Amino acid sequence: MANNAGQDDFQTKLQNWLPKIVLSPSIAAMVVFVYGFIAFTVYISFSDSKMLPSYDWIGLANYTKLWKLSHWWVSITNLAVFATLYIGICTVLGLSLAILLDQKIRGEGMLRPIYLYPMALSFIVTGTAWKWILDPGIGLENTMHQWGWESFHFDWIKDRNMAIYTVVIAAVWQTSGFVMAMFLAGLRGVDNEILKAAQIDGASNWRLYRRIVIPMLRPAFLSAFVILAHLSVKSYDLIIALTGGGPGRATEVPATFMYSYTFTRNSMGIGAASAVIMLMTIAAIITPYLYAELKEKK
Amino acid sequence: MSNVTQDTAVRTSTFTRIFIYGLLILFAAYYLMPLFVMIVNSLKPLSEITSGNMMALPEVWTLEPWRQAWSKAQIGIEPTGLKPYFVNSLLIVIPAVFISTIIGAINGYVLTKWRFRGDTLIFGALLFSCFIPFQIVLIPMAIVLGKLGIAGSIPGLVLVHVVYGIGFTTLYYRNYYAVFPTELVRAAQIDGAGFFRIFWRIMLPISGPITVVSVIWQFTNVWNDFLFGASFAGQEQPMTVALNNLVQSSTGVKEYNVHFAGAILAALPTLLVYIVAGRYFVRGLMAGSVKG
Repeated sequence: MANNAGQDDFQTKLQNWLPKIVLSPSIAAMVVFVYGFIAFTVYISFSDSKMLPSYDWIGLANYTKLWKLSHWWVSITNLAVFATLYIGICTVLGLSLAILLDQKIRGEGMLRPIYLYPMALSFIVTGTAWKWILDPGIGLENTMHQWGWESFHFDWIKDRNMAIYTVVIAAVWQTSGFVMAMFLAGLRGVDNEILKAAQIDGASNWRLYRRIVIPMLRPAFLSAFVILAHLSVKSYDLIIALTGGGPGRATEVPATFMYSYTFTRNSMGIGAASAVIMLMTIAAIITPYLYAELKEKK
Repeated sequence: MSNVTQDTAVRTSTFTRIFIYGLLILFAAYYLMPLFVMIVNSLKPLSEITSGNMMALPEVWTLEPWRQAWSKAQIGIEPTGLKPYFVNSLLIVIPAVFISTIIGAINGYVLTKWRFRGDTLIFGALLFSCFIPFQIVLIPMAIVLGKLGIAGSIPGLVLVHVVYGIGFTTLYYRNYYAVFPTELVRAAQIDGAGFFRIFWRIMLPISGPITVVSVIWQFTNVWNDFLFGASFAGQEQPMTVALNNLVQSSTGVKEYNVHFAGAILAALPTLLVYIVAGRYFVRGLMAGSVKG
């Protein structure tokens, strides 16, 4: 009897502990591979690591050096230009397409997947395709010439001042359909009764959307912004495939900067410092959002 | 004058509707154009591309670029085509997707049905890890993979993708299980069902839709990954890295038709998955991202 009770007790205890035991490998992996690694990279950013990691503390020297590099300034300026246009155009295009698609369109079921499929592709594929489409020799410029528009000129991808905009073109192509889907989901959640009431009051369609519908899409705007902002800071593959950071350094961004300083230019300390700045940028965007989301749930 | 459709609240005139359809079709053309260019030009001989028009259909149809891209093209130093790299990608993707999805399901189950002090904090920390720029982990990961003796190997990449995938899979399952009535779990518990029994018999049977989402998400992410593949793959490169090597190679004539065929080959698995199950993916993705 007593023995049995002891066993039951053990069983209950095990059942109580089991969920935590089962969760612990994930927690351990997260602590080591995410937060431990972040701490390690932060440490490296304060060390004099060159080709190999070194543990000699040199304080903020890497950060001071980093902010004196014109290469880094080119990278962050490009990121600012790219992110602003990418987020702006994706949002406007995504919202417009969603509103247009929400007008009881026949064939919506066919159009939606057409708008969305690019997001299934790898940025390397997108980059490869757009690289040749934007190439003046065989791409769009050549095609326009063949169709008789002889003066058509479009060589941004070879132009130092314009190349960053070609990255925007390809990135918008890839993601705007996804943003459209987010807004469409938001629009489908808007109560039709409110719209009908406003229309009876004589509101025009334009006013209806500007005053009532779009303000109701606030959560979708927020999600779209957070996703696009973090994607733009992380963007690496597309630039490698489309321009390789060139011509010259014209399309370098922090992600390509970090990679080349860390692995090919033997300046691991500076590379780590740039990675820390990338992380802080994303954290500044993500943390308030996650905090609000998680708090709301409680 | 105005064309009132029955169940939409917003009324639009016939003229406006024609305009809307025109715009929507124009955008459909914009999204389809690159795919059209890739397919059409992958079926042309090279001479037709360099002298011709990228929007024109082939005058001579040929599958040779596809054969080249698949089994003959020079990638790096070996003329192997993309085939072995395609296989590498499959060998990385299948275990990585399987393992991260299972872990995500169990984590989601624990975090919603066996709540404990601090579980929101753990979930928050896990969620934050979904968004980190991976540049922040490249250096220590290279060292750790070396120490574990799996640098430059497929198991190494599987580990990397599992570790950075469980944040997302946990998020999906947690949101999905959160709306499942906890009373049913408690009732089963009173009837004597244990932790795993409840998971197998109650939670898993209802998990179909979210598993589709998790699998598709992980499949696309891992298949499309370039950064980890380029950093840690060594000789066992995945498809994206090989495609980039093929396209960027500076030796010889640029064989655009082969590049296009290779790009489609790299895109094919995710496109297929998207075509077959895309509807569920979008539905689930919305549930995940809009609801948080």
